Amino acid sequence: MSTGVDEGLVRHIAMLSRLHVTDAEVARFASELSAIVNYVDQLSQVNTDGVEPTAHVLPIHNVLRTDEVVPSPGPEAALANAPQRQGTFFRVPKVLDQDSA
Amino acid sequence: MNLAETAHAIRKRKQSAVETVRASLDAISRLDGTFHAFIRVEAERALEQARRIDEAVAKGHPVGPLAGVPLAVKDNFCTTFGTTTCASRILANFKAPYDAHVIEQLDRAGAIVVGKTNLDEFAMGGSTENSGLFPTRNPWDSSRVPGGSSGGSAAAVALRMVPGALGSDTGGSIRQPASFCGVVGLKPTYGLVSRYGLVAFASSLDQIGPFARTAEDAALLLSVIAGHDPRDSTSVDRPVPDYLAALGRPLRGLKIGVAAEYFGEGLNAEVRTAVERALDVFRAQGADVTEVHLPHARYAIACYYLVATAEASSNLARYDGVHYGHRADGIDDVIEMYCASRREGFGAEVKRRIMLGTYALSSGYYDAYYLKALRVRTLLRRDFEQAFGKVEVIASPVAPTTAFRLGEKIDDPLAMYLGDVYTTSVNLAGIPGISIPCGFDAAGLPIGFQLMGPPFGEETLLAAAHQYQLVTDHHVRSPLG
Repeated sequence: MSTGVDEGLVRHIAMLSRLHVTDAEVARFASELSAIVNYVDQLSQVNTDGVEPTAHVLPIHNVLRTDEVVPSPGPEAALANAPQRQGTFFRVPKVLDQDSA
Repeated sequence: MNLAETAHAIRKRKQSAVETVRASLDAISRLDGTFHAFIRVEAERALEQARRIDEAVAKGHPVGPLAGVPLAVKDNFCTTFGTTTCASRILANFKAPYDAHVIEQLDRAGAIVVGKTNLDEFAMGGSTENSGLFPTRNPWDSSRVPGGSSGGSAAAVALRMVPGALGSDTGGSIRQPASFCGVVGLKPTYGLVSRYGLVAFASSLDQIGPFARTAEDAALLLSVIAGHDPRDSTSVDRPVPDYLAALGRPLRGLKIGVAAEYFGEGLNAEVRTAVERALDVFRAQGADVTEVHLPHARYAIACYYLVATAEASSNLARYDGVHYGHRADGIDDVIEMYCASRREGFGAEVKRRIMLGTYALSSGYYDAYYLKALRVRTLLRRDFEQAFGKVEVIASPVAPTTAFRLGEKIDDPLAMYLGDVYTTSVNLAGIPGISIPCGFDAAGLPIGFQLMGPPFGEETLLAAAHQYQLVTDHHVRSPLG
């Protein structure tokens, strides 16, 4: 694979990560991420033809429970840490009527 | 007194829970100004719980196996008391609405949580310098790091502030600080301890485990926190063995594997010597040490830093300033609000890992990085499966060096990652690993060695560690002199 994460790619990843970064940070992350990506590139040497991926070590695929009503914390507990609230709602900046990302 | 002795003394009314908790709180107030192991101490709550335990004991009511024992927990466990910060500015004022499963288990056993310990922010790091609040200092040399990410829990146990503590281990975050601080640290098999209420970092790797000064105490703590919990879908439904009863198994005939891959370039000579001496002790006690091969172990760090960061980038997407946590002020666009809140709330290492993980998962790179890492993970697992067909445990160093100085590696993230060379395989393979004190270097810093076992091999690991501690005294030495 390619090596090197340039500043343009850092800005793209930062956008995907929903992180604001300053110009100074972009330069620093480009150099640090390049070094790390260079290192992890050694995996390309490993022959993995026909090897199944392991996403998870346990032989568990789906865990079901009986469909029973159990008590839930309720709106006050759910809203207790809200940065901003209005009544029993989380208040956020306007999401509609703008270009979606 | 160690944990088991403390619990016994309280039950037998030889000392009160209030005295015990007060002694713990005194040690914290005497030492924590220097070492900064704790983010928050819950003195009043702890003393109130201790009074209730003493009353129960006095009335002859049944009490739990850890009744009155003061313990510390890493601040990435949700608790309904105090705050749960993950040492991050983004959760600085977060009050969890529920207790983690392990907190409930400790409570049920009568243990008293005296406070919550420092960590690398969101458990990402190997030195506790990435804490968004302050760094923790090594108990043996305050100019050095305690290791991480569970550095606060390891330091608190080494400093005799508490006889035991809990941490979490995603790539070595229990075992490496245990090694740097000279205490026992156990990372259990994936699925043995419920992570309900553990703030998620990398969900296919995260596991909760105990710190203590002895393997016996670690066994006691594990017996309290292990077991099935339907609230964590990865929690395995199988009976919890009697870990204390298993400790008596002698070392004679124990099949120990040693892999050349764990003694290669980069291993400090003093650490190597101490680990080899530990193996000599096992041989002298009748253990059978043979060579095994783990050909893919050299790829563990590369594999780990792709899998862990990919999962972290997804898990940490929840910190968006909407439902809880920090929100940037005065921004009227919702995407801008997310970006600014995350920028202000996360530290540099967390941002680096979110970005690396996002990169590994992004279009055009997914197959080459994330999927490739998952395939290499399979090969690594098979290496261990094959080795455990021949031996019962595998011995190795925990870390290539002893504790390094604060600031020494902080500007070189890759150098910091390479310190995880002997610990990350255990998480990728989902197997248990224990770190046991086995000596000191010329500077007087502790050295640990690691025993790894097959899935659910905790009884064998704890017994081997216990039997080793019966004939050695490295774990008895105190940084307090």
